[in-house]
Amino acid sequence: MQTVRIHGRGGQGVVTAAELLSIAAFADGRYAQAFPSFGSERMGAPVMAFCRIDERAIRTREAVTHPDVVIVQDPTLLHQVDVFGGLSAQGYVLINSTRSVEELGLDEFLNAFPDGHVCVVPASDIGVTHMQRPVANTPLLGAFAAMTGLVELASVQSAIRQRFPGALGEANAAASKDGYDHVIACLSQERSDSHHARAN
Amino acid sequence: MSTQRIKFYQTGTYTAGNRLLDEEARTVQSRMDRTNSLNSGHRACQGCGEALGARYAVDAAMRASHNRLIAINATGCLEVFSSPYPESAWRIPWMHSLFGNAPAVASGVAAALRAKGRGDVRVIAQGGDGATVDIGFGCLSGMFERNDDVLYLCYDNEAYMNTGIQRSGATPAFARTNTTQAVGEVPGNLPGTGKNVPRIAMAHGIPYVATASIADLHDLEKKVAIAMSLEGARYIHIHVPCPLGWGSDPAHTMNVARMAVESGLFPLFEARSGRVVERTRIRHKVSVERYLELQTRFKHLLDPRRNEAAIAAIQSIADENIAAYGLLG
Amino acid sequence: MRAQIEGSQAVAEVVVLCRPEVIAAYPISPQTHIVERLSRMVKRGDAGSCQYLNVESEFAALSVLIGASAAGARTYTATTSQGLLFMAEAVYNAAGLGLPIVMTIANRAVGAPINIWNDHSDSMALRDAGWIQLYAETNQEAADLHIQAFRLAEELSCPVMVCMDGYILTHAYEPVDVPDQTAVDTFLPAFSPVQVLDPNAPISIGAMVGPEAFTEVKYLAHQQHLRALSLIPEMAGDFERQFHRLSGGLCAPYRMEDAEIAVIALGSVIGTIKDAVDELRLEGIAAGCVKIGCYRPFPSLQLRAALEGVSRVIVVEKDLAVGVGGIVSADVRMALQGSAVPVHTVIAGLGGRSISIASLKRMVIEARAERLNEPHFLDLHTTVIDAEQSRRREQRRAGPIAEQVLRAVKAIGAKAT
Repeated sequence: MQTVRIHGRGGQGVVTAAELLSIAAFADGRYAQAFPSFGSERMGAPVMAFCRIDERAIRTREAVTHPDVVIVQDPTLLHQVDVFGGLSAQGYVLINSTRSVEELGLDEFLNAFPDGHVCVVPASDIGVTHMQRPVANTPLLGAFAAMTGLVELASVQSAIRQRFPGALGEANAAASKDGYDHVIACLSQERSDSHHARAN
Repeated sequence: MSTQRIKFYQTGTYTAGNRLLDEEARTVQSRMDRTNSLNSGHRACQGCGEALGARYAVDAAMRASHNRLIAINATGCLEVFSSPYPESAWRIPWMHSLFGNAPAVASGVAAALRAKGRGDVRVIAQGGDGATVDIGFGCLSGMFERNDDVLYLCYDNEAYMNTGIQRSGATPAFARTNTTQAVGEVPGNLPGTGKNVPRIAMAHGIPYVATASIADLHDLEKKVAIAMSLEGARYIHIHVPCPLGWGSDPAHTMNVARMAVESGLFPLFEARSGRVVERTRIRHKVSVERYLELQTRFKHLLDPRRNEAAIAAIQSIADENIAAYGLLG
Repeated sequence: MRAQIEGSQAVAEVVVLCRPEVIAAYPISPQTHIVERLSRMVKRGDAGSCQYLNVESEFAALSVLIGASAAGARTYTATTSQGLLFMAEAVYNAAGLGLPIVMTIANRAVGAPINIWNDHSDSMALRDAGWIQLYAETNQEAADLHIQAFRLAEELSCPVMVCMDGYILTHAYEPVDVPDQTAVDTFLPAFSPVQVLDPNAPISIGAMVGPEAFTEVKYLAHQQHLRALSLIPEMAGDFERQFHRLSGGLCAPYRMEDAEIAVIALGSVIGTIKDAVDELRLEGIAAGCVKIGCYRPFPSLQLRAALEGVSRVIVVEKDLAVGVGGIVSADVRMALQGSAVPVHTVIAGLGGRSISIASLKRMVIEARAERLNEPHFLDLHTTVIDAEQSRRREQRRAGPIAEQVLRAVKAIGAKAT
């Protein structure tokens, strides 16, 4: 079983992201359970949503304390909320930002993760490109598919189209492809950098 | 404390305009010694009309009672965003019991103070439209008919907002909420339903009933001051836009409130012992569309096609108010 | 059709398939998504001539259904926590009048202190009102139980509460197979009332009954309620034959064939307990669990049979009888009377506190070693308790308990006020 924790602020579609992820996993023939951190959250307040994905039916209902993947939709939370709490040392990290890991002040922490497990994605910018609004959740879902392989991009896109009909769905699906492509490029760059590093 | 009516014609009510007034008549909010009863740090949404209205109203009540006030709050947005335990934004004695009993609880507090000979301490009860118009309606009527010495403040954002935007007895005609969606034959809330609680309060013959809006904060403070100068059951119904629930721009909350008043949809008046004694005339009447177009909860009436019948129905509600209260002089 | 959907959505869709005629709705977290979806479906015309009333309180909601049901309509509402208590008088009234109303309880804690998260204090507060109480383990079961509930209620002329954990189930997305209309129609026939307000055959409903007959009326209601003990397994069997899955039933054992220690619980926590049982088994502990699916009437005989051969029982419950301890454990002890098997009461998950697999395993190990106090409060923060109790000893005007405890837990503003 893999568990994903998504961090963001109320109104950014964090809960929707977890739901879409679970729908994508379902489309892939897996079992998934998605749920929000419940509370009287208002617009702008830090929120979390969770998704469990497994090959077998998921029975547990306990809170997620040790996620395998952390997605940070709003980088302003990075130094405000313990977004990485409980994350396994072999875990995956996706951050929505235009800055690098170093610029975010997280290099020391994140460089300890295995290669290919950490990516920064300019998801809000991708959202602006496709939806004219800084919508980061769908680009990050595409990025998640690329980084972890836990869901297929096609399933992410079909979940998106199911939720958002018409042109809006198409735009979000295209945005998720951009998020996907960004991570593929990021991972390949990383492999190439480390190859060069070893060679020198 | 006397009240001085002032109209700001050159500067409008965008400014506090306090320099022009006698010191005694200046707004509570302009004073250094205002209590900030609802202090900063509460968790209301950006642009929340209720937070603004509550701060003005409660501070005015505190001034009028020489800072000897107890507040009883019903369950709802105000209660939730002001008391995220272990913190509280309230600087006054404050209690939250249940959703439907605030008027009764306040009556109890007033009775206790009376029994203890503490006539100097006054009581206010406050709640949203859900608590006041619906679930607490029975208790409200009881408080009214007993003429208990409580000032009840209703913050009307026209739906159950704290639970995620569901229809209440104060939801206006055709408004979209999650339990009156913009689908089916009649989109949004069914016209011809709902209650006019200020008029129901008047029917109880209580000493003072008023409507107010955050569009005119001086007027709101003044009405609270008048209410506090009286004894017995008093009721003020305050119109407070909710940007999230109404789908309006949080930066334009004041303007949305103003359009409700200027269109005639939310008439401002005062009543004593069941009779209207004062009303605020509309200075620049606007068509109801100037109000509707600011809120996505009415979007289905304008887009993709105009629902002329519904818009006309809403306009006639406004026109009836204007006629009934003489709002155009 | 099987799809990945929200629990509330599944329930709303299934309720519409059951062809309700009157739905009353008053919003309260965490039931809102159910009534919102129902309102949309009715308004769009997906529910035929079903009437949907937005009412002014929960008391009104159930009162509206009492009238509608008495007039021969199939009726439905949903509530929780404060709302269920607000309608308490009507809850007793509906049962006493024998009206087959179905109501979803999106289980939530009852205040004060106000708390919107899951536990069973709400449905437990009204366990003896005469409603049948069914508890769902998953959203699939929650959906299925509603179909069974309407049939059960109408066959017995007894109202039914379908309890599903607030947020944990209502707001979770998981796979649910929502059946098609034909399948539901086959299982659930049209409502044929035992009593109905009808000008063609006038009757009086709601007579006053004095000492001379009250006991007999109550005895008959009790017997009727007990009939559910045979009807529910029959119905679960019919359901399985038609829908090809197990849902409902009185109680469901898991790995109980050779269990030495049994954990009993209601609702979604059974899923977590099953995972804990599997892990314990791998560690050599013969654990098993029994889900109580029907809590009222209480399936004493069936539970006793399910616990045959067990040497220790732990009841994990999301409720507390203040001043007493366990509620479900008291019923379990009654069912096991005469047996020497020790029964432990574990109070867990109050006000939405997460129940973890690790804590459950620890609990079983401690129980086996006879180190579990009684009743045992799972994951209690004893330092906070000690601090608060000593503070209250020192100060008369100590302020509201809840606020002080929160201060200690959050370590904010810890200075004395």
